[in-house]
Amino acid sequence: MTSPRALRLDAEREASRLPPLLARAEHLAGTVLLGEHGRRRAGMGDDFWQYRPVQTGDARRMIDWRRSARSDMEFVREREWQVAQSVMLWLDTSASMRFASDKNLPEKADRARLIALASAILLIKGGERVGVTGTALPPRRGRAQILRLAEHFSNADQTDYGVPEARAMLPHARALFISDFMGDIDAVEAALTKAADRGVRGVLMQVLDPAEESFPFHGRTIFESAGKTLRYETLKANDLKERYLEKLATRKETLSHLCSVTGWQFTTHHTDASAQSALLWLHSAMERSA
Amino acid sequence: MIGAIGFLSPWLLLALVALPILWIILRAVPPAPIRRIFPGVTLLLGLKDEEQVSDRTPWWLLLLRMLAIAALIVGLAGPILNPRSDDIGRGPLLIAMDASWASAADWNARISMVERILDDAQRTDRTTAILNLSAPEQVTFQSANEVRSTLAGLTPNAWEPSVNMNTLMALLPEQGFDTLWLSDELARQTRDEIADLFNAKGALRILASQGESIALAPARFEGGATILEARRSVAGPARTVQADVHGKDPSGAARILAKADIVFESGAKTAIQEISLPAELRARVTHFALTGVRSAGAVSLSDDSLRRREVALIAGREDREGLELLSPLHYLRQALEPNAELLEGSLLDILPAAPDVVILADVAKLAPVEEAELTEWVQEGGLLVRFAGTRLAASEISRSEEDTLMPVRLRAGGRTVGGAMSWGTPKELAAFTEESPFFGLEPRADVTVRSQVMAQPDPTLADRVIASLSDGTPLVTRKPLGDGQVVLFHVTANAEWSSLPLSGLFVSMLDRLAISSLAGMPQAGDLDGSVWQPISVMDGFGRISNADSLAGIAGERLLSDVLGPDLQPGLYEGNTRRIARNVISAETELSAANWPSGTDIRPLQTQPETPLAGILLGLALALLMIDIVASLAMSGRLRGAVAGVGALMLLGLPADAQQDDFALAASSEMVLGYVITRDEAIDNTAEAGLRGLSETLFFRTSIEPADPIGVDLETDELAFFPMLYWPITPSQPTPSANAYAKLNEYLRSGGMILFDTRDADIARFGASSPNGTKLRALAEPLDIPPLEPLPQDHVLTRTFYLLQDFPGRHTARDIWVEAAPKNAERIEGMPFRNLNDGVSPVVIGGNDWAAAWAMDTRGNSIFPIGRGFAGERQRELAYRFGVNLVMHVLTGNYKSDQVHVPALLDRLGQ
Repeated sequence: MTSPRALRLDAEREASRLPPLLARAEHLAGTVLLGEHGRRRAGMGDDFWQYRPVQTGDARRMIDWRRSARSDMEFVREREWQVAQSVMLWLDTSASMRFASDKNLPEKADRARLIALASAILLIKGGERVGVTGTALPPRRGRAQILRLAEHFSNADQTDYGVPEARAMLPHARALFISDFMGDIDAVEAALTKAADRGVRGVLMQVLDPAEESFPFHGRTIFESAGKTLRYETLKANDLKERYLEKLATRKETLSHLCSVTGWQFTTHHTDASAQSALLWLHSAMERSA
Repeated sequence: MIGAIGFLSPWLLLALVALPILWIILRAVPPAPIRRIFPGVTLLLGLKDEEQVSDRTPWWLLLLRMLAIAALIVGLAGPILNPRSDDIGRGPLLIAMDASWASAADWNARISMVERILDDAQRTDRTTAILNLSAPEQVTFQSANEVRSTLAGLTPNAWEPSVNMNTLMALLPEQGFDTLWLSDELARQTRDEIADLFNAKGALRILASQGESIALAPARFEGGATILEARRSVAGPARTVQADVHGKDPSGAARILAKADIVFESGAKTAIQEISLPAELRARVTHFALTGVRSAGAVSLSDDSLRRREVALIAGREDREGLELLSPLHYLRQALEPNAELLEGSLLDILPAAPDVVILADVAKLAPVEEAELTEWVQEGGLLVRFAGTRLAASEISRSEEDTLMPVRLRAGGRTVGGAMSWGTPKELAAFTEESPFFGLEPRADVTVRSQVMAQPDPTLADRVIASLSDGTPLVTRKPLGDGQVVLFHVTANAEWSSLPLSGLFVSMLDRLAISSLAGMPQAGDLDGSVWQPISVMDGFGRISNADSLAGIAGERLLSDVLGPDLQPGLYEGNTRRIARNVISAETELSAANWPSGTDIRPLQTQPETPLAGILLGLALALLMIDIVASLAMSGRLRGAVAGVGALMLLGLPADAQQDDFALAASSEMVLGYVITRDEAIDNTAEAGLRGLSETLFFRTSIEPADPIGVDLETDELAFFPMLYWPITPSQPTPSANAYAKLNEYLRSGGMILFDTRDADIARFGASSPNGTKLRALAEPLDIPPLEPLPQDHVLTRTFYLLQDFPGRHTARDIWVEAAPKNAERIEGMPFRNLNDGVSPVVIGGNDWAAAWAMDTRGNSIFPIGRGFAGERQRELAYRFGVNLVMHVLTGNYKSDQVHVPALLDRLGQ
């Protein structure tokens, strides 16, 4: 039994982790908004679309009097027709993501969480509904959802490699899967086809550590997966480099092919690159896939 | 035993054979694998190693391990450097020592060798005795302890052993004994005989010194240069020794007058070096010595043979040009030049140079000053020699009464014999009497005198004549004057009056008068009958000591006898000169002892035995340590360690590098700084406060500061900081003058300091709270413009947020900034005055802003502010003040330009 006092301490410690993540994510999201739209953040449906003459059936309060006063006709100000999209996020928080080859680099999970939350913030500020694949956190809008997402992303998965969750996907929603995709490729394929079947378009973002791209190892080495379930021993690690890189390229190729077949988009992000560039790409990609 | 290294357990060395096997085994075993977490392992599954052979251990690592193990094996075998050789025999042990000057150089080693032998003898209960061959005494075998007590008195002698065989036989006991002979390794005639004698008594082992003996021969004077000759016993490789010339400086203190390097060619036994010493210096030389050689052989005393007397020649007339042979000084020059330094010039010029002898050739009358000086000089020990001549004969000097500077009175005119107008024949010299200094010289028949000045018969005349003619008339007279003497030759110094200057006798006579000195030793017969008193003697080490207490030596023994206890090497003084007996004479040749084959010769050990096991085991350990590091480096696990070592080295970095680091940290991003007060709590609060302000700026504005930095006013550069937060504590140290100079420079160049007295809850600004007082003291040397309370239209009120209150933890409204210029007036229609252009260099308040801003690393506030929501509002306002302040610092009066906004809008036509 946890005493209330200890529970509260734990809770506060946990809670205190959230604001920095939130803050960083918000900060990151802010930079994208600055770049794309400036400071204006109009609400949904506020965007001006066109003026058209009043037709029968239009309510009188829809008339834009300022515009109408300049001419003899009455005009209606039409706003951009906007329907809130649902965006389903899946973030791989498995053990393999908690890896950083250098202490100056963030863990893959860390970077993935930041990007996911920042794009969630962006989307929510854009008026979309954001949720998590599966049944844990259905898409909602509003600032409270950001907090819920942050909390959800902070939970670490103990499995060795994450499996994409494709259940409970809303039809024709958009999706964002962030993972290193080092696990079983079949699970990814299954999830993608299932999503494509439901008309869901989206983005696969592969987050890799630089060491996973360059394979800078020598000598006799035992490689272990982060969850220690897999191990592989080699006598000459440097001999493996060529073939490892080949297999990695194949894996990327497969993912890319999967995406093109299902109408998704694929990118690879490295933890030594800036999160901002990834977010920018993601932002435009999400707009494209809409 | 291998060379100078022996082993306690040599069989262990066999283990070295196993090294190649170990090599093969080590090569076969792969290095331990490294475990790495690597998510990409899924991609690796299914890949196979192309080669089934692992990365082998690199050869240098193998070699390192081999060396370590070899060092271990050799170390365990117990190596000993210079192991001690075994003892000789069992019976009584005689330690024979040459104890000559040649042993003195390594005397300490010999004594410690003897001590070691005595130790061994004591252990084995042998009786021992020491026989000093240079000063042999009756040999009685005693216990080692008793012998050791005599060891202190044992010193090397300055001479070589010259013991008579029969004497030696008598000194040795009847019984048999074994002998250890500490030889000096110089060839000597008696050596073989003595060796035979010892061999007859028992076993004999020679303990021979290793090096060569080196000695200095007496210095010679040849062709204007002093020649130093060094000799050595072994014609070994090239070697350079340094010789010092010892002497007295003008004040009489002993010092080294000159140094010279003497270079032995390879294979040469003698080496010669010329030194050119001025006569003045040469006259002061006492002895020559080889530097760093403690031996009587390396010291060579100098005597009169080296000394050249200074003789002043003064002639009465020098007006007969071209007639060299008639010059009164010609024959004197010829006679003296080889052996004396000749001084010519005027008398008054020469006398201060203190010549040994002044020769006046036919000088009659001296000026009163000259006469007085010359008299004084003679009385102090000078030798005045005068020659007669026509001038002297014609003058009235010493006629009626004896002149001070004449030995006798002279009759007027002199006499001429054997001339065309006179009777008789030229006179010959009479034999010299025993009192005469010329006694022993043979008067030659071909020396004739034709003219001379005649001495007036006086009671004292007989005593003063030291040479006379065959008819009894004085030819040379002498009288003592003070410490010196005056000598008159009654003839001329040239051949006008006599043939004396033409003969060899003239030179000898001058020599006897000590006018000149002969180079080299006098002949044996010259010294017969004289007694020579030792002045100083040398001991075996070459130390020179006073010898007043020693008895005089008969002249005939002085030169011919071998040096020994009765005739010690040293300086001996006779009547007119000094003779040095040196250990090495001009004829002495040094050569190495030549022992008959079969003699048991061991080196005289100077190095003590040193066990090497510790060193080798340590080496093995060190190699293994290196192996650890190398293995770690090989397997890539050294990075942490290297980082650690690197961090350690960073600590030792020079101040420049640290300053560079500081500059980089402070300038690569915008950083807020606070002044370190050395009060930890305050400093921590200041840091947390600025951190909170930085975070706030980061989220709310485009200013993205890095973590704040504490600034030490004394050492750190201030120019990097746009703003300094300076909390005031009563206890903080006052900055130095240098720091104030930096601060003023900082303020003048656009920096801003936010002074925070942190006491607005209890004191108003200017009230004498402790912090306020301290602030006044601190700020006094600062270059601060006039201040005023922050006016309502100050740019601080609108740089980012619109503010009128500037609370921190306290809510006082006393904020002071640079006063607005007097002519600043509010223009009609403008919301603000057009105030000062720059940034206020100081902002002074007491609201303890840092406490309100303070944030921990997770962004939580540290200090409670106010109560409830009002408190949070107060904190928010504090943050806003901070944002405004930093904005003000960074953008200056940018917002002041808003006074132009109406005009701009007007121009835009809106």
